[in-house]
Amino acid sequence: MLNYILRRLIYMLPTLLIISLVAFFVVQLAPGDFLTKYKLNERISQETLQSIAKHLGLETPCEPLEWQWQGCLDRYWRWLKGVIWESQSTDPRTGQQWQVWSFQFSINSQFPFVHGFPFIHWNPDFGFSFETNQPVATLFWERLPLTLLVTIPTFLFAWLISLPLGIYSATRQYSLGDNIFTLLGFAGLSIPNFFLALVLMYWLVISVIPTFCGWGWGFFCPGNPGASVGGLFTQAHMAGSPWPWDWTLTKWLDYLWHLWPAVLVIGSSSIASLMRVMRGQLLDILNSQYIMTARAKGLKESVVIYKHAVRNALNVMITIFGQSLPGLISGALITAIVLNFPTVERLFYDGLRAYDDYLVQTLLMFFAVLLLLGNLLADIMLAWADPRIRYD
Amino acid sequence: MTETSATTAEERRDQEERLLTTKPVSQSQLIWRRFRRHRLGALGGAIIVILTLLTIFSHFIAPYDYATQRRRFAYAPPTQIHFFDKEGRLTWPFVYGLKRERDPRGRWIYREDRERVYPIKFFVSGDPYLFLWLFPTDIHLFGTGERDLNSPGQIFLFGTDDVGRDLFSRTLIGGWVSLSIGPLALLISLSLAIVFGGISGYYGGGLDVFIQRLIEVLNSFPGLPLLLALAAILPPGLPPAVSFLLIIMILSILGWGGTARALRGLFLALREQEFSLAAKAVGASDARIIFTHLLPNTMSFLIVTATLSIPGLILAEAALSFLGFGIRDPMTSWGQLLNQFTDNTISNLTYHPWLMIPGFFIIVAVLAFNFMGDALRDAVDPFSTKGR
Repeated sequence: MLNYILRRLIYMLPTLLIISLVAFFVVQLAPGDFLTKYKLNERISQETLQSIAKHLGLETPCEPLEWQWQGCLDRYWRWLKGVIWESQSTDPRTGQQWQVWSFQFSINSQFPFVHGFPFIHWNPDFGFSFETNQPVATLFWERLPLTLLVTIPTFLFAWLISLPLGIYSATRQYSLGDNIFTLLGFAGLSIPNFFLALVLMYWLVISVIPTFCGWGWGFFCPGNPGASVGGLFTQAHMAGSPWPWDWTLTKWLDYLWHLWPAVLVIGSSSIASLMRVMRGQLLDILNSQYIMTARAKGLKESVVIYKHAVRNALNVMITIFGQSLPGLISGALITAIVLNFPTVERLFYDGLRAYDDYLVQTLLMFFAVLLLLGNLLADIMLAWADPRIRYD
Repeated sequence: MTETSATTAEERRDQEERLLTTKPVSQSQLIWRRFRRHRLGALGGAIIVILTLLTIFSHFIAPYDYATQRRRFAYAPPTQIHFFDKEGRLTWPFVYGLKRERDPRGRWIYREDRERVYPIKFFVSGDPYLFLWLFPTDIHLFGTGERDLNSPGQIFLFGTDDVGRDLFSRTLIGGWVSLSIGPLALLISLSLAIVFGGISGYYGGGLDVFIQRLIEVLNSFPGLPLLLALAAILPPGLPPAVSFLLIIMILSILGWGGTARALRGLFLALREQEFSLAAKAVGASDARIIFTHLLPNTMSFLIVTATLSIPGLILAEAALSFLGFGIRDPMTSWGQLLNQFTDNTISNLTYHPWLMIPGFFIIVAVLAFNFMGDALRDAVDPFSTKGR
């Protein structure tokens, strides 16, 4: 097994190299770069422009569509070098040295993994965000806790709801409940997440919040957390520690109130698909002969279903579980944008709009790596859960 | 055949004859039969047909052109059509003139001017347009017949947007992009899938390994972020038709991997079967074996995959355009129409909720394709018991 994992990890290396190339060139293919808006600004002189370009490392043009490759190779090589063995990134404007990724991670220095790998001392430099004037890694670590605070509850919600629903639907095929859930599932799959978010916000703003305020619930009246929709916190709670164990009760309430629409919106589509897969799997298994044998032996129906059928149906779900883990970081893109959440996805979106090259390509690459690891994890979990599966 | 006692000898002979002359039912006829019995599937099919017709004739059905701005009527709410006049008598449907005032906070609000009555006319001339994008004309199905852009007699069934373009017309015409993008992107991605999956499965060897690695790289990017990054490549100044085509290309380039993998598996199994070995033995070329022997056997899989991936494509285009990376103004699609909500979300929702209407078209279309795909999947599966 260990052998297999090692082999998979080694196979991953060339794939990673290709992914990094793709990520890099997808970003560079975009017409113009971060300097474009300075070039269009007439008040910025040629000299200033050149010095900015020099500082940002953009002096050699990289326009693959115009066959100007020199700058591209240069930039790619510098970026790759930074990721692999450069440990410090220098602010091009001030010359200040940033220690990224591990040692100077200020938001939470107690958390174990931010100290990096003690034996390897790998402190990758993912480049510099032009727009925010900070290392990409720092930006990423700032957003990560909040992202997880949105996605983990969503994830739990979706899985805890969909599995029982799938089992219910499959064991009572074509019953009223099954038909209703199937229909709801179709609806969940068919409503675009961003639209559901909009409708939900509309409903909250137009009717729910004014009604609750009218009932004398101060939490929902203007000026209190409950009156605002969108964002993860109201202004008052935005600063401070992103880790929930440091929060006060009001911050918790604020968080929960802003969280649930996202959980519902992001959860709805995954619930729909997970439920359908679970239902289909379980139905297939319930028709198989060993289930008939189990019933013929006179086993209790609950034993037949939970001990024999569901266990086998879970195999596919485990694969899906592993594959959907990367979604913890990248799965809520549109919803996060509509609801204005300060998550990693939002960072990606903003970077994309601002031509923040290193930010975008690092995040793109990061999403891809997560997906690869998720697939590997899925395979490992499958082998662990199902004794029939052997990797040699 | 024997249920009635009144069966005469003649009738029996008739029946025997019919039995003898009955043609065997082909596989596709069986599929069609099973599909028709699937009620939701048939409903989905009907909705798709209706939406398609609405879209094809959209320029004619819409009372306005999609790009004409009536700035005097920015953010006008949906116009109410009246069937009863002031005395409460049933009359020919009409609309009242639009009067605009400023509310205390300085926002424009619109009221009905009860003094001005504009009966609805059919086949009126209005904004000039190209019927089916080809034939110039200015006849619209209905309207008030007022050609002046500032005339108070306007009929905005879904209201207007920030520059006074009629949302109903834009929604109908937006269907061109939203509904066509799925099938067009599928055409390309299925072709890619057939070529690469076919080669991979049929020839195997190094080529197979290479293609599989390629698919792996492609699949290791999460869809939406890569889609956004690719769409960001398109320069903003492109003509609408070109950017439409490029978006189709992007969607299809990202979409072929999974289908190609599945096809590879099918081809691997099929090429070992007797009929393909026989074809090889009589000296058929590889292309002939692939296209006339193997591919038809994967048809049902392809059709189902196609129908089931259209909803995803429609949703992907909607998401792209919604975020401002897809179809851009003045060209429109259902997702693009919702793009206004990316800025000032709350105030738009509060004061101009009618701008959400195009979203319901997305839902209906996607739901219809999902129903149809589900029914088709059941129909092509000879062992399915559903819809029987």
